[in-house]
Formats: sequence, structure tokens, C-alpha cells
Amino acid sequence: MTHAALAAPGARFKKLLHRGDDHGSAPKLSPLWTFTAWLATLAFFAPVAWMVLTSFHQEADAATNPPTPFAPLTLDQYKLLFSRDITPFLLNSAMASILSTLLVLALAVPAAYALSIKPVQKWTDVMFFFLSTKFLPAIAALLPVYLIVKDAGMLDNVWTLVILYTAMNLPIAVWMMRSFLAEVPKEILEAAEVDGAGLLTVLWRVVAPVAMPGLAATSLICFIFSWNEFMFAVNLTATQASTAPVFLVGFITNEGLFLARLCAAATLVSLPVLIAGFAAQDKLVRGLSLGAVK
Amino acid sequence: MTTLTAPPKTAPPPARPRKSPGTAKWKRRIPLLPALIFTIAVTQLPFVATLVISTFQWNILKPGERHFVGLDNFTFVFTDERLRTAVLNTIVLTASVVLLSVVLGLGLAMLLDRRFTGRGLARTLLIAPFLVMPVAAALLFKHALYNPDYGLLNGTLNTVYRLFGADNGPTVDWISSYPMPAVVLSLVWQWTPFMMLILLAGLQAQPGDVLEAARMDGASAMATFRHITLPHLRQYIELGVLLGTIYIVQTFDAVYTITQGGPGSQTTNLPYEIYLTMFRKYEYGQAAAAGVVVVLGAIVIATFALRTIASLFREEASR
Repeated sequence: MTHAALAAPGARFKKLLHRGDDHGSAPKLSPLWTFTAWLATLAFFAPVAWMVLTSFHQEADAATNPPTPFAPLTLDQYKLLFSRDITPFLLNSAMASILSTLLVLALAVPAAYALSIKPVQKWTDVMFFFLSTKFLPAIAALLPVYLIVKDAGMLDNVWTLVILYTAMNLPIAVWMMRSFLAEVPKEILEAAEVDGAGLLTVLWRVVAPVAMPGLAATSLICFIFSWNEFMFAVNLTATQASTAPVFLVGFITNEGLFLARLCAAATLVSLPVLIAGFAAQDKLVRGLSLGAVK
Repeated sequence: MTTLTAPPKTAPPPARPRKSPGTAKWKRRIPLLPALIFTIAVTQLPFVATLVISTFQWNILKPGERHFVGLDNFTFVFTDERLRTAVLNTIVLTASVVLLSVVLGLGLAMLLDRRFTGRGLARTLLIAPFLVMPVAAALLFKHALYNPDYGLLNGTLNTVYRLFGADNGPTVDWISSYPMPAVVLSLVWQWTPFMMLILLAGLQAQPGDVLEAARMDGASAMATFRHITLPHLRQYIELGVLLGTIYIVQTFDAVYTITQGGPGSQTTNLPYEIYLTMFRKYEYGQAAAAGVVVVLGAIVIATFALRTIASLFREEASR
């Protein structure tokens, strides 16, 4: 920190360009290692690049050996996807993800408040209870959930997914929100209370400004996990409520015939998460590690 | 779980003299209750149901024959050849994915912790694999990369062979020839960015002055890494390993999509085997028993995970 404070004004711009914190004076990589870093980066990114590139090709240009990366580009695959059948799946995915994220926030924010700002007794026990549910493998719950849902006549219903995804993400959200709310300075809270500010005023004026970025990050993580969920979706939905990943596995049997269209579909369904993830990459770490790491 | 509890983060809040302690207590608890009740209802009750079902002989195709069999299903789980293979496959799959992605993630995090041209862009590109939908990633590997006729892997080999004057490259059927490595590779590709992000966060939380002091004292890069960076990173590595293990043990998408557990049962892991028992063999009792065994295994891992997280928690509290 001290180094950053002492640095010339130009350093600020440079830091923006390089993103992430430079602790002290992070040494520069030698050209050889820079080359290695970029080589590794490109190797990891290559399948994504290939997926996007192939999605803009015709089927005949997609399935060639040797590969033909410079074949003419076209939007045909995307047009085909939309004109055929992908839209209802995307809508189901959006509905399940957005509704469950809202429900998670409605439950998690008050809980996190009760676990950080005005902590209940033994709040750490409660925290670890939430976390321990995350460690139960979902597959072990699939059978009873399937039977209950079937008996309730809720198979192939988006609301079933909403409830399951809420349960899946709630512990993560509680952990994340607690770690964000814990950053609200206690002194300010106490000062506001001494001044006679009501609960709502304190929440709106003191807590909300600090917690908002955390709320956004939490929603993002919940959205990503629900959007990508596959096991419950494929086993509990059939025709009405199937989500995007279920649409995708329809390609398993079409061995090779529709490679370009598969790539277009894969790109399309990954796009919301890719955009959101790129936009909030700093917050991603904290979410992925349940707020345990900053 | 109580043994894992970290000490409270804050000093006990100041007493509220005007209200009776009981009311104040409940006022604090109320915001917590909806989340707690929902979680218990949706996660704990199904598990109780699994426990009950696991003691029944219950095949949906033979509806008249459902009856209580005690622990017979568990005997079956522990003696069945297929399930034993599945356990072994799960261990191999999880261990290799976690190990490889942590090592690769550490390497990448070390590089990205230094300044170099385009570091921000490199970091952005590197996290992309983790953001691609897992089912999409699995299909991408299956069809666009591993396909023997036109996959990118064989296509690249072919191009390289032609560059050197050979007629054609080898045609390798990656998934049939190397089923387990094929699944492992696709998962390592997805999970390395996760490990990198956590380890990078760890590296950047390293106090800069200690590193600088080491440099001033003339410590070599290797010595600094071994004696300062690695001990500091230990908790972060543990966290990455444990969270990774918890998620990768549950791998379903990749196995379902890339190999369908095959060839034979070479890549059938426990979640996929349970799925088969449930939806192909319709043996509900056996599936439930296998599920209980998976949970027991998960509890062992989780105990370590919770301890690690509790220690990070303590560190945060002491700050």
C-alpha cells in the first residue's frame, strides 16, 4: 500500500492496465517467462476460441481434417438455433436462475445480518451448519427429491428447479454476504445508533453502501451456479421445464453431424456467464471460496 | 461440528439495558430463521429419506416386492464389483484432477503475480474455461477436440505431420483409447482457473515487506519460494484442494457427456453409477445405500475442509 501511495500519478494508470494488486513492488517477469505465461494462457484459451470460431462456420468447414480456421464466417448456426428450438430452454434457464437468485437473496441477506452485524449467540456454529450442507453430494439427495417431486406432481416444473437451486446456493450466499457485511465498520453503526437513527435508516445509510458490491457479487455467483446446473435439470424435467444444459446434451447422439451448430449452442449458453464472470472477476474469487479468501 | 467452531469474531455486543434479554435474543434470531428452516427442510429431510429407503429392497419394476431388508443393501454396496470399480474410478478421477489443477494453477498464479505485458488480459482469458458451462465444455472436448476424424487434437497432429513432409498424422480415438485421461484432461482444463484464482488471491495477500526483506538479504528466488511463499500459501492450497475435492467428487456432467461411464465401466464414477442404479436398473434401495456411503465419504473430506476454513476464519478474526 505504501508504495502505491508514494508512486507517481502515472502509476495509477499503469495499475489499471495491469489489473490486480501489486503488493510492494511486484517484480517484472523476464521476457522468457512472459512468453511462457502467454503460451500457457493461449493453450488454456484455445478450446474456447475454437468453440467460438467454429460456431461461425458452416458445417462442411467445421468438420475437416486438417482444421480450416480461415473458412468463411457466417451467422447461419445461430439463426438455425433460434429458428428451431433453443428459445424455450434459454427462457427456462433464465427463469430458474433469476428466480432462485432472488429467493436466495431474500433469505440470505437477513440471515447474514443476524450472523454478522447483530450476531446471534453461537453464530459460528450456524455458519458451519450452512456450510456442511454444501458438502452433501447432490447425487445422494436425487432419489428422495425425485420421489417427493413426483408425488407432488411437480416433475417437469420450473419451480422445482427454483427451490432446489435456492437450497443449493443459499449456504454460499450466507457465507459471502456475512463476509461482506462484516466489513461494515462497527464504530459507525454504534455512532448511528447513539444518534438515535432507526434500524431502517442505519440499513439504508450505513449498511447498504458497504454491502451493495457484495450483494452484486453474491447474485452473480448464485446465477452462475444455477445457470450451469445439470444433474437435477436433466433428471427432473422432461419437455416443459428443460434448461439450456439439457438442450445441449441432445447433441450427444448426433455424432459429428452438427459440430458447428453444437459450438454455436455451447457458445450461446455460456455467454451470459462468460460476460458476467469477466465483468466481476475480482469478486469471483471471494465467491468461489465462500468468502473465506479475499 | 462444535469442535470445529472458531472463536467469535467480535467482542460480545454491548448489553441492551432497556429490553429484557429474552426478547432481544429472539429479535436477533428472527432474520436467521427463514434461511435456517428452508435449508433444513430442503437438504436434511431428503437425506433422512435416503437413509430410510436404503434399508428397503425396492425395485420400481417389481412394485409388489418392496420390503425392509435392514443393512442388506449396504452389504451389496460393499461387495458389488461395479460399485467397487466406481469407488476406485472416483478416487482416481478426483485425485488426478485436483492434483494436476493445483500444480498448474500454482504455476499460473506465480506467473500472474508478477508484472508483465498484458497481464490483465491474460488473467481474463485464463478464467474463461471455468466460466464455460460444464456440459458445454464436456461436449466441446468430446466432439471438437477428441473426435478421431475431425477433432482439433488429431487435426493439429495431422497438420504438424504434413509440415514435416509425412502424408498423414496418426488417427487416435482419444476417448476409446484413453477414456480416463480424456475425462481428467477436460476437468483439469475447467478447474485450473479456479485453483489459480484462489492461489493468486493468496499470493497477493502476501506481505510485500517480508518478500522485499528476503530479497535484500540476498535469498534466492527458490529459497524465498520454499521458505516464505509456500508456507504462506499452505492454507490457500488446502482450501483449493478441499473445495475442489468436494466439487470434483460429485462430477456428473463430464462423465455423462463424454464417456457415459464407458467403455465398459472404465470411467463410471460413483455419482454416475448411482444414477444408473436409479434410472436404468430402478433399484432404489441400492441407489440410496450407495448414496449414504457417498455421504459418509464426503463427511470425512468435509471434516478436514471445515477445519481448514475455520483456521482461515480465525485468521480473519484476529486481523
